[in-house]
Amino acid sequence: MKQELLKTTPEEEQSSTYQRKFEKVNEVINRLGRSRSALIPILQEVQEEYRYLPEEILTYIATALDLSPASVFGVATFYAQFSLEPKGKYVIKICDGTACHVRGSDPVREALLKRFNLEGKKRTTDDLRFTVETVSCLGACGLAPVVLINDKIYGQMTPEAINLIIDEIMKEDAEDE
Amino acid sequence: MAEKNSVLIDGQVVPLNGEKSILELTRKIGIELPTFCYHSELSLYGACRMCVVEIEGRGIMASCSTPPVPGMKILTNSPRVQRVRRTVLELLLANHDRECTTCDRNGTCKLQDLANRFGVKKIRFGERDLKLPLDTSSPSLVRDPNKCILCGDCVRMCSEVQGIGVLDFNGRGSSAQVTPAFNKDLAEVDCVNCGQCSAVCPTGAIVVKDETDRAWAAINNPEKLVVVQVAPAVRVALGEEFGLPAGELVTGKVVAALKRLGFDKVFDTSLAADLTVIEETNEFIDRLQKGERLPQFTSCCPGWVKYAEHNEAEYLKHLSSCRSPQQMFGSLVKKHWATELGKKPEDIFVVSIMPCTAKKYEAGLPQFTTDGVPDVDLVLTTQELARMIREAGLLFDQLEVESFDTPFGFTTGAGVIFGATGGVAEAVLRAAHELVTGEPIEQVNFTEVRGFDHRKEATVEIAGQEIKVAVVHGLANAKALLKELKEGKVHYDIIEVMACPGGCIGGAGQPISTSPETKKERAKGIYNADKLSQIRKAQDNPVVTKFYERWLEKPNSHAAHEALHTAYVNRSRINGEQIQLLTSKQKEQVDVAVCVGTCCYLKGSYDTLNKFMQQAEAAKVTDKINLYATFCLEGCEQSPAVKVNNQIINGVTPDQAEKVFKEKVLSKLE
Ligand code: SF4
Ligand code: SF4
Ligand code: FES
Repeated sequence: MKQELLKTTPEEEQSSTYQRKFEKVNEVINRLGRSRSALIPILQEVQEEYRYLPEEILTYIATALDLSPASVFGVATFYAQFSLEPKGKYVIKICDGTACHVRGSDPVREALLKRFNLEGKKRTTDDLRFTVETVSCLGACGLAPVVLINDKIYGQMTPEAINLIIDEIMKEDAEDE
Repeated sequence: MAEKNSVLIDGQVVPLNGEKSILELTRKIGIELPTFCYHSELSLYGACRMCVVEIEGRGIMASCSTPPVPGMKILTNSPRVQRVRRTVLELLLANHDRECTTCDRNGTCKLQDLANRFGVKKIRFGERDLKLPLDTSSPSLVRDPNKCILCGDCVRMCSEVQGIGVLDFNGRGSSAQVTPAFNKDLAEVDCVNCGQCSAVCPTGAIVVKDETDRAWAAINNPEKLVVVQVAPAVRVALGEEFGLPAGELVTGKVVAALKRLGFDKVFDTSLAADLTVIEETNEFIDRLQKGERLPQFTSCCPGWVKYAEHNEAEYLKHLSSCRSPQQMFGSLVKKHWATELGKKPEDIFVVSIMPCTAKKYEAGLPQFTTDGVPDVDLVLTTQELARMIREAGLLFDQLEVESFDTPFGFTTGAGVIFGATGGVAEAVLRAAHELVTGEPIEQVNFTEVRGFDHRKEATVEIAGQEIKVAVVHGLANAKALLKELKEGKVHYDIIEVMACPGGCIGGAGQPISTSPETKKERAKGIYNADKLSQIRKAQDNPVVTKFYERWLEKPNSHAAHEALHTAYVNRSRINGEQIQLLTSKQKEQVDVAVCVGTCCYLKGSYDTLNKFMQQAEAAKVTDKINLYATFCLEGCEQSPAVKVNNQIINGVTPDQAEKVFKEKVLSKLE
C-alpha cells in the first residue's frame, strides 16, 4: 500500500503531535455533531488545528458524517477560506485591493517571494514556516499598502519595512523553541 | 371554467392536471423543449438554463423547475427565448473541446444535437486554451474533463440512483470541475464501473472505453480461435442502433452479424446463466438447510459485487460464491472445452458482448486469470458491437437470422430473463422447489418480482418452508435495503441485486437512450423471449445436464467449485490513504493499524484506537509503535478490525481493546 503521510514541520515529527491533532478532530466531530450542516464548522476547526485540510482527514470526516469523500472535497474546495495545501506557521496576506495596489503592494509582495525563494505557483516555504498570499481588500485602505500576518495588521508597508518585520518574527520564532 | 385550472402556452389553452413543471406540461402537448440537466429519474437541478420559456410578467424562467400556475401565459419559442437558448449553447460550446469528429459521442451528443437544432453557427466567445488530462484509469470508462458542461447529471446519478457519490463538483467559478474526491482517478476510488454516469452524460465527457480495435486484431489473427458470447439483454436493444424499435428481439440477426464480422463461434451467455441458476439454487438450498449465511445475495452483477466489497464487508460472506454467467462461460471454454478440442487456453480468444461496462472490469480481475491467460479476453458493449457492424458496413435490419453454435448455444427462458431486474430471482424460484423435492412445479411465472418498482418482494413456499425473496435494482435501493436489514426491520432469505436501474437491459453499455419507455420495452422483449422458449426452467436444459456429466460431476461438486465459483475481498473506498498517529524510531517496533472505514467506524473503532493510544502511553512504548488509522484492511471479517504486523484481528470492540493490546502488541515488545 502506498503510504501518504501527513506533511509536518521538522519539530512536529514527534508522534504526540499527530496524536493530539487527531484527538482534536474527534473532539470537534463529537462536539459539533455528525450532521451535514456541521460540516463547514468542523472543517474550520480542523483547519485551525492542522493549518490546512489533509486529504486523509477529509476522508475521515466524510466517513464520520456519512458523506461521500467527493462531496466533502467539493465543499472544501468551494470556499476560499479552506486550504488543501499545508500552510506555513505564519500566513502573510498582502492586500491587493485598489488602494493598496496603487500605493505599491506589488513590490512588497515581490520582496517577500524573493526572500523566501518562492517561485512559480509555490506559496509556502519548504520548512512550512511562511505562506505568502494576496487578498483583495482587507478594509484598512487608510493604511495602504496593508499586510496581515496571522492576526496582526501592518500598514504603510515597503519592501524594506516588511523585511524588518520578517527579521523580527524569525528572531522571536527561534527564541520560542 | 376552463381558465380556472389552465394555462396558456403559445396561445393554446392547456388544462392542468397536477403537472409539477412547465416542462412536463409542454411535453404533454407535443413540444420538446431542450434540456441538459433534467432527467425524470433524478432530482431537479435547474442549472443549465437550456429549458427556458418566457412567462408574462415574470420573464425568462427555467421550465423544468417552474411549476405551472393557473392563468400563466407562457411562450416557448419567442424571440427572447430563442436568444437566451442560443447564448446558453454558445457559452457552453466556447468552453467545450469541440473535436466532434473524433469524439465517441459524435452523433449521440446532446450538445451537438442542440447546437444543430438551434442553428448555432458561430461562437462569439473565445476558446479556452487549458487542456486537462484525460482519466483513462478505469477499465470501463474514459473521462474527458474538457468536454464537461457541468450539468451535474453524473453527480446526481451516482449519488441518488447509485448511492455512492463518486463524482462531485469541486472548485468554483471558472475553475469548477466535476471529478472524484481529491481529483483522483476513477480507478483509485470506490467507483463500481456501472457506467450510469456515462449513460446520462449529455456529451462525451464520460464515455464507455472503446476496445473494438482489440476485437478486430483477434479476428484477424489466424492463430486464434475467436469465440464470442452474447448476453441476454443485448438481443432486445441492439436493434435500436439500426432504427428498429426498442425491445424488438433480434437474436438471430445478432448471431448473423457476429458471424459476418468473422467470429469463429457464436455462443449464448444465457446458457451459462442456466448453469448459474443450478449452482446458485443448490447453494441456497444448502444454506437454508444449514440455516447459515442467509439472506443469500446474488453475485452476477459485478457493479453490485464491487459495491459490496467497498461498503458491506460484513455481508460479503452472504454473497453467493457463484461467478457471473460471463465468467462461468469463459472458465468452461478455457478449462474444459479447450481440452476437448485439443487446444491450449491461450489459443482461444473469448469475447463477450455485454450490455454492461462493469463486465470489462470483471473480466480483468486476477481471480479470473490462470497463468496469465484470462478466461474472458475482451468485453465489448452493445454500443461497441454496433460500431463494428457499422464499420463493416453490414445492413443489420436486412441480415438473415442465424442460430447459435453448439455446444454453448441452447438456452431456456430462465437464462434469458437474467437480462431484466427480477430475472435471476425468478429463475431461482423456478428451480428451488423442484431441486429440493424432486417434484416438478407447475408455476413458472413469478410476476411479483418483475417490473420497475424500487423493491419487489415475494413469499413462496419451497418444500413446506416459507421463503422471502427481495429484488432491488439501482444501488441506492440496495443500500436502503441493507440498512433495514441491519436494523432488523426486514427479513429475507434471498436477495437479488442489480446495480443498473431496470437490470442489465438498462446497462450503460446499451444504446444511449434517456427515455424511461425504452427500458420498459426492452424488458417486455425479454419476457416475450422467455414465453417463446421451448423450455422455461434452467434445470430442464439438456446441455447443462450434459456439462455436469462431462465436466462438472454434480452441482456444487469440487469440479464445479473450481470452474464456477469465486471469493470476494473487501476494498477501501480510496486507495492508499491512512492517518499516521505514532511513528517509531526504535529498531524494535510493531506496526499497528486500526480500521476507521465506515463499518468499523460505526462499530466504535475510534474508541478502540483511543484505547490503544492510552495503553501505549501508559506502557511508555509510544516510540516503539507505528500506529495508524486506515480506511480498510482488505481482509477483515468482522468490524472493528485491527492489524498487528501482518496479522488481522477481527472484532476488536473498545472493551476488547485493552486485552488485545496487551496480548498482541505489548507481548511483541517484551
Ligand atoms: S461508473 Fe457508476 S459508480 Fe462509477 S462514477 Fe459512474 S455512476 Fe458512479
Ligand atoms: S461529466 Fe457529463 S454529466 Fe457530468 S457534469 Fe460533465 S457534462 Fe454533465
Ligand atoms: S433542464 Fe431546466 S435548467 Fe437544465
